[in-house]
Amino acid sequence: MSPEQTASAWHLEEPLAPKRTGFEEFWRLFRRNRLALVGMVIFALFFASAAVGLVLTSGSRPLCDPSVVRLQEKLRPPLSTPLRESLQPKDRPPLGVYLFGTDDLGRDVFARMLQGAWVSLTVGFVAVGISVAIGIFMGGLAGFYGQQRIRLEQVLVTAVLLGGAGLLAAGVRTGGAALLIAGHAWLFWSISPWGLHRRSSPPARLRFLQKKTLMVDTLIMRFVDIMLCFPSFFLILTVVALLPASIYNIMIVIGLTSWEGTARFVRAEFLSLREQDFVAAAKALGMGNLRIIFRHMVPNAIAPVLVSATIGIASAILTEAGLSFLGFGVPPPHATWGNILSDGKRFIFDAPWLTFIPGAAILIVVLSFNLFGEGLRDILNPRLRERN
Amino acid sequence: MIAFIGRSVIQKIVTLFFVSVVSFVIIHIAPGEPSQVDPLNPKFTPEMVERFRQAFHLDRPLYVQYAYFYRDLLSGRTVSWKDNQPALPKIWERFLNSLPLFIVGTLITWTISFPVGIRSAIHRGGLYDRSSTFVSYVLISIPGFFFAYILIIFVVNQFQVPVIGMETFGLGGTSWLFRVNDRLWHMLLPSILGATGGIAVLSRYVRSQMLEVENQDYVRTARAKGLPWEMVHYKHALRNALLPFVTMFGLILPGLIGGSVIIESIFSWPGLGRMAYEAILARDYPVILTINFMAAVLVLIGTFVSDMLYVIVDPRIRL
Repeated sequence: MSPEQTASAWHLEEPLAPKRTGFEEFWRLFRRNRLALVGMVIFALFFASAAVGLVLTSGSRPLCDPSVVRLQEKLRPPLSTPLRESLQPKDRPPLGVYLFGTDDLGRDVFARMLQGAWVSLTVGFVAVGISVAIGIFMGGLAGFYGQQRIRLEQVLVTAVLLGGAGLLAAGVRTGGAALLIAGHAWLFWSISPWGLHRRSSPPARLRFLQKKTLMVDTLIMRFVDIMLCFPSFFLILTVVALLPASIYNIMIVIGLTSWEGTARFVRAEFLSLREQDFVAAAKALGMGNLRIIFRHMVPNAIAPVLVSATIGIASAILTEAGLSFLGFGVPPPHATWGNILSDGKRFIFDAPWLTFIPGAAILIVVLSFNLFGEGLRDILNPRLRERN
Repeated sequence: MIAFIGRSVIQKIVTLFFVSVVSFVIIHIAPGEPSQVDPLNPKFTPEMVERFRQAFHLDRPLYVQYAYFYRDLLSGRTVSWKDNQPALPKIWERFLNSLPLFIVGTLITWTISFPVGIRSAIHRGGLYDRSSTFVSYVLISIPGFFFAYILIIFVVNQFQVPVIGMETFGLGGTSWLFRVNDRLWHMLLPSILGATGGIAVLSRYVRSQMLEVENQDYVRTARAKGLPWEMVHYKHALRNALLPFVTMFGLILPGLIGGSVIIESIFSWPGLGRMAYEAILARDYPVILTINFMAAVLVLIGTFVSDMLYVIVDPRIRL
């Protein structure tokens, strides 16, 4: 065979490359979806203002100080100029006017809103990050290793470790430590070469340890069912009210209580991906399971997770605002949009801007996340793609 | 069929057991004790606290407390720590207050979202569809408490609709007609607020179901036969699009407890959500756990009912 022939054969068999790359196609579809585009622009603006707000309002001598109390200037309407003669020069608002007015202690609402933007942003992203991480882990476990059964010894080791930790937490030092050490010794024993060797032919009286019990899938999915039995806002409220008030607790609690949906998506995707040819090919190439999962399956399963994560950020921001509104949010000197609104509700007829500005800000940001997420869902839906 | 029912009932009872364990552990592992809620109160002497701890078994290990608590709950003897009243009658009273709000809210949700969703599916891409889509996104995104205050400002100024409590104070001697009317006025705003989120979500769902059915072959056939369009849309398409919604009757049950905390506390409505909120504030563990247990029971009953309805409605599913 001559080189030209080979080249032409190659040429014929080569699949026609798509005219556009994946990103161009994405962008083309995205531009047509006007609502999603608006959502993304607002999202970018919100991100920028939260970052700028963090810079402007933190530090020992911030430019816009959200905590300066000017009692003689309380409840000034938006865009009003400060009374110059009664204020110290350092207490004047940096823009020369109170852009969003002042609250009942004379604090600049604009500075407080800037500070709150960062809180909303981090609560949204960290909470959703936690829930997506747990969801992918649990869903992936159930989808990929779901058919395997758990051996009795594994259940026993888990019980011993958990019991040890529980005893330690309850204050029984020696018993807890002994159980923990025993559990770890057992674990190391079973993964050590000697343990492996012994396990292939255990003595008859120890054979019951190898008895198969539940399937991994059943275990995880029943756990998801249990978590879904709790009314989520009520659960979050209970836990946040019992824990000491802090922004990290709120993020963690919201994240820990909202991963069930992601886990279900990922499990369903994994169950269908597992049967596909590229996974079989990867297996035939001798790749390890972890590599198959993280390099080949997760990228293919990520699209619905992204969509639900975007919408999850919106609902996490709403939840945080609701908690702040009920008085369980971030502790007082720190401003969040929820607690600006909740402080302002007492002056709703005298100073409506204290209600309307944070409320409208929450509405706009949450709306932009929702629109962006729904736009993503439409775009990533392969049925809407043009054949090319 | 019987086997399916039996299996799912057993499964749900096992789930319920684990829910009871998890909620008990969550609430008792959290730092702080109910006896420390009010350390400055001079009545809380150490002896008082000790007596309190003994009376409510707080000095026993956790699993003993668990057994005591659920024995009391299942035999209906749970006592609120706050005022020593039996918890179940208290909860029942609040439940009766929440129930009308829930029923009216659900009725509003279902009567509004179906016409809206169907219409926007039929006129897909038109002005009506796009504006209703946008409005439903706004309704999903608006924080409930913010929307409540907008409505309060608007309504109080314009129509003199009452916004606080369940009834006007001092209505003892008036006729029942007047009292019913008064109650309905008080219910107006909270139930509208409770319905908004539902309307937005449900109308979007109706729209997508309807669109899916409208793209089926038999709808095209019906259209090609020259049937009048209302026959095509309402008889061929709508009937089949309704199928998933039958099952949603079961899934709305848990909304009775979960979704009303904020709205009930804004409107001072003495309902279940507000009771839960007050119990959380007072660390009234028995009441919190009882409400949580009831919520879990409602969720499980809801999923069971919806599974059953699905089997009954959809002839393709055989067991």
